Amino acid sequence: MRHEILFSGFGGQGVILSAVILGRAAALYGNKYAVQTQTYGPEARGGASMSADVIDDEPILYPKITSPDIYVIMSQQGFDKYGADAPEDALMLVDSELVRSRPECTCIEIPATTEAKENLGRVIVANIVMLGALVTATGVVSEDAIERAVLDSVPKGTEDLNLAALHRGFELGRQ
Amino acid sequence: MQGNRACCEGALAAGCNFFGGYPITPSTEIAELMALKLPKRGGTFIQMEDELGSMGSIIGASWTGARSMTATSGPGFSLMMENIGYAVMTETPCVVVNIQRGGPSTGQPTMSAQGDMMQCRFGSHGDMATIAVVPSTVQEMYELTAKAFNLADRFRVPTFVMSDETIGHMREKIVIPDKVDIVPRKPLLEGKLPFEPDEDGVPGFAQFGSGHRVHVTGLTHDERGYPDTTDPEVHEKLVKRLYNKVESKRHEIADYDAVNTEAETVFITYGPCARTVRQVLHDHPGECIGHLNLRIVWPFPEDTMKLFTNAKTFIVPELNLGQMVREVARHTTGEKVVSMPKIGGHIHTPAELYRAVEAER
Repeated sequence: MRHEILFSGFGGQGVILSAVILGRAAALYGNKYAVQTQTYGPEARGGASMSADVIDDEPILYPKITSPDIYVIMSQQGFDKYGADAPEDALMLVDSELVRSRPECTCIEIPATTEAKENLGRVIVANIVMLGALVTATGVVSEDAIERAVLDSVPKGTEDLNLAALHRGFELGRQ
Repeated sequence: MQGNRACCEGALAAGCNFFGGYPITPSTEIAELMALKLPKRGGTFIQMEDELGSMGSIIGASWTGARSMTATSGPGFSLMMENIGYAVMTETPCVVVNIQRGGPSTGQPTMSAQGDMMQCRFGSHGDMATIAVVPSTVQEMYELTAKAFNLADRFRVPTFVMSDETIGHMREKIVIPDKVDIVPRKPLLEGKLPFEPDEDGVPGFAQFGSGHRVHVTGLTHDERGYPDTTDPEVHEKLVKRLYNKVESKRHEIADYDAVNTEAETVFITYGPCARTVRQVLHDHPGECIGHLNLRIVWPFPEDTMKLFTNAKTFIVPELNLGQMVREVARHTTGEKVVSMPKIGGHIHTPAELYRAVEAER
């Protein structure tokens, strides 16, 4: 089955890295096919950044997203630009501290930034909390696959912090 | 793996050992990775002062026997034009990667386009023939970049990897083969002049430092390599040979997929538009829509169109205002040709292309 996952937030939150990690989990550790793309421009330094994964059991022909079924929104600007028109049958995870609006579709509020700041000690891992929540809320890849992909992708010395963030995300996504 | 990285990995697997370039969006990752990887393998990376210098550096490196490459985008490609002609005239094997972005001028640095398809063929002054490969997947970026080195060496002609931002910045799974075929350029044989062609129209290569006396010039030259700029016969013989050594082999080197060859409506694509057409075929399995995807667009292999014996309409989607569609149109024998141009930076959606099929009913 084809899944289209859209990530948006502000530049610097790791929105593109999130999509790279999820795509890696699916393609290298999930026995699926994945294509990762992004809007690529000045928004990398602020503004509404967007990246996307297409994940499928079959080889992926058209590589871009046309109608995402999963949204991960980490800023109000990101919601306004990419999340506001989400179709009703989609599923959206929002960072409950940074996104005020709520969509028409099913919405899961994840206090990722709050958790990262207050309980994990580094706001920078908010995207990893969101990734963890995404995985347990949707099952789009396995917990094991995302864990291996996170470990591949984060700088040496930050493995424990990122794993703690991911595991906290798993819990939040299950609730 | 990202497309631009696959380009580097394919080049390295093919034995690329010299990169001279100047970083420019959206090709920058290629220069970055080459700067990291080449020195560790005993190769050379030079960041040149500009793209004129980049192109000059890979020509010089090639004459020392290196498998040389540069990568650029947009205005950088325009700056390379003069030296590309010099590489054609001096029969210097080299690979030029163009990760196309929106133009003219600085245009849309971060967006996708295929607006330089004529420039890689006709952009430098004078008559010439060049070779251009175009990937539609990250896997093909790897394979076709490697192949470009073999084509450049075999024909002694600049060979272009005419990719675009979409494929360059996309990440997808690829399978790296254990080994890439490397076909080295043939050396100049004893008793032959440095620009005296063999039967295939290509002279053996008198590598600098290999003991041959060789003079390399962009001026019209004889088989010794000495300038002879006023004799019409010398010029005609040389330039026709440079042209025909490539063009005469266009069907032999053709690289393509032909799907549903019995179809009446046929898409002809190169690069990322192939992905959209494959989705259209997948979503409408009962409809017999033809698809010819070209991985080598220059020299243009017009015989591949004849594989579609029932074709009534050729539809050509491109990320420009209609470039290769002209090449398609001039090789038709009564079929209708529909141009599906798109500019602005995004590839066609499946719905857009399916509407073109419906319009032909």
